[in-house]
Amino acid sequence: MSKQQNSSANPALTDDGPIRRFLNATEIDTRMIGMIVALFAIWCAFDIASGILRGNFGGLLGGSFLTPRNLWTLLNQTASIAVMTTGMVLIIVMRQIDLSVGSMLSLVAVAGGVLQVYQLGPSLGVGHPAIWVLAIIAILALGTAIGAFNGYLTAYAQIPSFIVTLGGLIAYSGVAFLLAKGETVAPMDKTFKVLGGTIPASWIGPFWTWTLSFAACALIVFAIVNGRRQRVRFKFPLRPVWAEVTLAALGSIAVLGAAAVVNSYAWPPKLAENYAKENNITIPPGVEDKAGDAICMAGDAVVRCLEGLTLGTGYAAPVLIAFAIGAIMSFIATRTRFGRYVYAVGGNPEAANLAGINTRWLTVKVFALMGFLVGVSAIISSARLDAATNALGALNELYVIAAAVIGGTSLAGGVGTIYGAILGALLMQSIQSGMGLLNLPAAFQNIVVGTVLVIAVWLDQIYRRNVK
Amino acid sequence: MSNIPLIEMRDISIAFGGIKAVDHASVDLYPGEVVGLLGHNGAGKSTLIKVLSGAYKRDAGQIFIDGKEVAINNPRDAKALGIETIYQTLALADNVDAAANLYLGRELRTPFGTLDDVAMEAATRKVMHRLNPNFRRFKEPVIKLSGGQRQSVAIARAIHFNARILIMDEPTAALGPQETAQVGELIKQLKSEGIGIFLISHDLHDVFDLADRLTVMKNGKVVGSARTSDVDHDGVLGMIIAGKCPPGAIPGPGALQSAA
Ligand SMILES: Nc1ncnc2c1ncn2[C@@H]1O[C@H](COP(=O)(O)OP(=O)(O)OP(=O)(O)O)[C@@H](O)[C@H]1O
Ligand SMILES: [Mg+2]
Repeated sequence: MSKQQNSSANPALTDDGPIRRFLNATEIDTRMIGMIVALFAIWCAFDIASGILRGNFGGLLGGSFLTPRNLWTLLNQTASIAVMTTGMVLIIVMRQIDLSVGSMLSLVAVAGGVLQVYQLGPSLGVGHPAIWVLAIIAILALGTAIGAFNGYLTAYAQIPSFIVTLGGLIAYSGVAFLLAKGETVAPMDKTFKVLGGTIPASWIGPFWTWTLSFAACALIVFAIVNGRRQRVRFKFPLRPVWAEVTLAALGSIAVLGAAAVVNSYAWPPKLAENYAKENNITIPPGVEDKAGDAICMAGDAVVRCLEGLTLGTGYAAPVLIAFAIGAIMSFIATRTRFGRYVYAVGGNPEAANLAGINTRWLTVKVFALMGFLVGVSAIISSARLDAATNALGALNELYVIAAAVIGGTSLAGGVGTIYGAILGALLMQSIQSGMGLLNLPAAFQNIVVGTVLVIAVWLDQIYRRNVK
Repeated sequence: MSNIPLIEMRDISIAFGGIKAVDHASVDLYPGEVVGLLGHNGAGKSTLIKVLSGAYKRDAGQIFIDGKEVAINNPRDAKALGIETIYQTLALADNVDAAANLYLGRELRTPFGTLDDVAMEAATRKVMHRLNPNFRRFKEPVIKLSGGQRQSVAIARAIHFNARILIMDEPTAALGPQETAQVGELIKQLKSEGIGIFLISHDLHDVFDLADRLTVMKNGKVVGSARTSDVDHDGVLGMIIAGKCPPGAIPGPGALQSAA
């Protein structure tokens, strides 16, 4: 557990109920449990509601939300915001804000698009393998540079970051518009598109999904064992063994459960048919059923059916990128000196300064990191859309900040977790997709998302007051 | 005691806007010596020592360590010279735990370059035990600690890194009698190890008990300095309140001229 959370057992409360004893022993962040419960509640509600309004599409509760297809899509849609919100956590923890991430995303995506479509494509030949590499490098470098510029103005010119990035919000989208000449820049390089999650080449399939998931489980067990060994080495109080085992089991169940869900989402029939034909895979005969995800031969025609050939998609590239970024950012936040300094500055900037931390340079680095992550999200978004426009990142800053705040990041600074923010992003995207499934108009969706943000922060305040 | 002072601050001045917080102040400190800094609220004591600790940049004046002039432009410079400070405001990062505060800016790291939190916690338990044996709340962010516990953390941080020069700005203001006595013992022990200590305090008893010499400031200026054995409480009170130097003291630029 990280240092920033309050996770210690209160010695005064020894004769509590089993739930509290369990929470104390495992040192699980109770706020996170609250978020996960809320997330499942929302999912179930949408599944039931969509079942009532639109009929059963194979959802767990008779609707269309809790289906592999919808959950798979949900993960893909969350990836871009989730990546950026991990950086926003550090920015907000440091008592800063970055309002420019949406415009910055548009700008770097358009720049990457222009580079691929108008520069490298004609000069190297469309589809040249250097194109996607150069485009990615350029996008990440430009994002990092713009972020560092924001940070420089904040730290050294001492302009409040709210103003610096408000200016950026307005100005960067203007630059993006000029760069794109107001047009949609498309299509992206075909290898670049793999990072968007929309084409078969970006799905890793069941084998690799299981492999990575088991590796993740091994990592969870290793982390728990290693943590325990360290505490034994220094003779610190230990968590009870049953608590450690429970933690490892819960973590592994979550990881493997998610893998099972994404693996059970089958390739769309048309793509599966093409793939089978190209690779000489025989499609078994069967009876047509439009509700099925598999394909089979009914006479000479390839049709949908319940039993037959299915190709599991497994995780798509954007989700893997988001997982990787989440893990790396968590590591940075809790295990490195850089992360420790970010939290220390957020807790007391004056004290951090007196402790010899170069807070200005740290500010530049945090904003630069944010810019880098915006670059990652720009790659995901433009590859997903197969195009870059100057409106690609519109309103993203608000979703990114909202996700961080819903995830428990305090605007007062010093408090926030990466996993919380990612859960926040997932929660917000769930609400949006759910309302999309219910065919609610966009205006209504905005009202609900805004309301959820305010309620989430209100509940958080109550939680923090009572947890003490 | 040797003839070369461990620290000499000569003619230090610093102003905030129009306020001359410190005005041509000079103080010195020898190895193994405790010098008490006294003065009314707002006299400039904290500001003077913050110049030494690198928190403020002086407008004028020189600082010498072992007779050689040194450049102290930020807190890192001061720490590199072996100057550790317990600030009046404690300067703790409120949202992280005691170990993270103790090692802030000097974290222990594993061979992989990651934070070695366990080793830091182990060392912290050891130092804290020396200062405050009842302290148990190693996992709490320090904002949840009592004022005295926070002060113990700040003291622990200052003594943990083999300082040569220790600045203590009202280190016992929030401590209970037992903990105050413990800090007193600690000061005596550090002194015997040859560490020089600036002790800012409003408690004359403490100063007379612990300090070898004292310097009194008033309105940013040094009223005078004296060996604690050469003056008495009333004399020092006169220096603090009226700026009047008693016979045993060496007057500074801030001394009441008519008294001289
Ligand atoms: N950062 C600052 N900005 C402006 N003025 C300051 C600043 N720091 C100190 N001062 C002013 O400088 C003067 C000296 O303050 P200082 O904190 O050194 O007093 P002190 O002797 O430590 O008092 P106390 O006994 O109350 O701690 C005061 O008038 C104070 O208002
Ligand atoms: Mg003071």
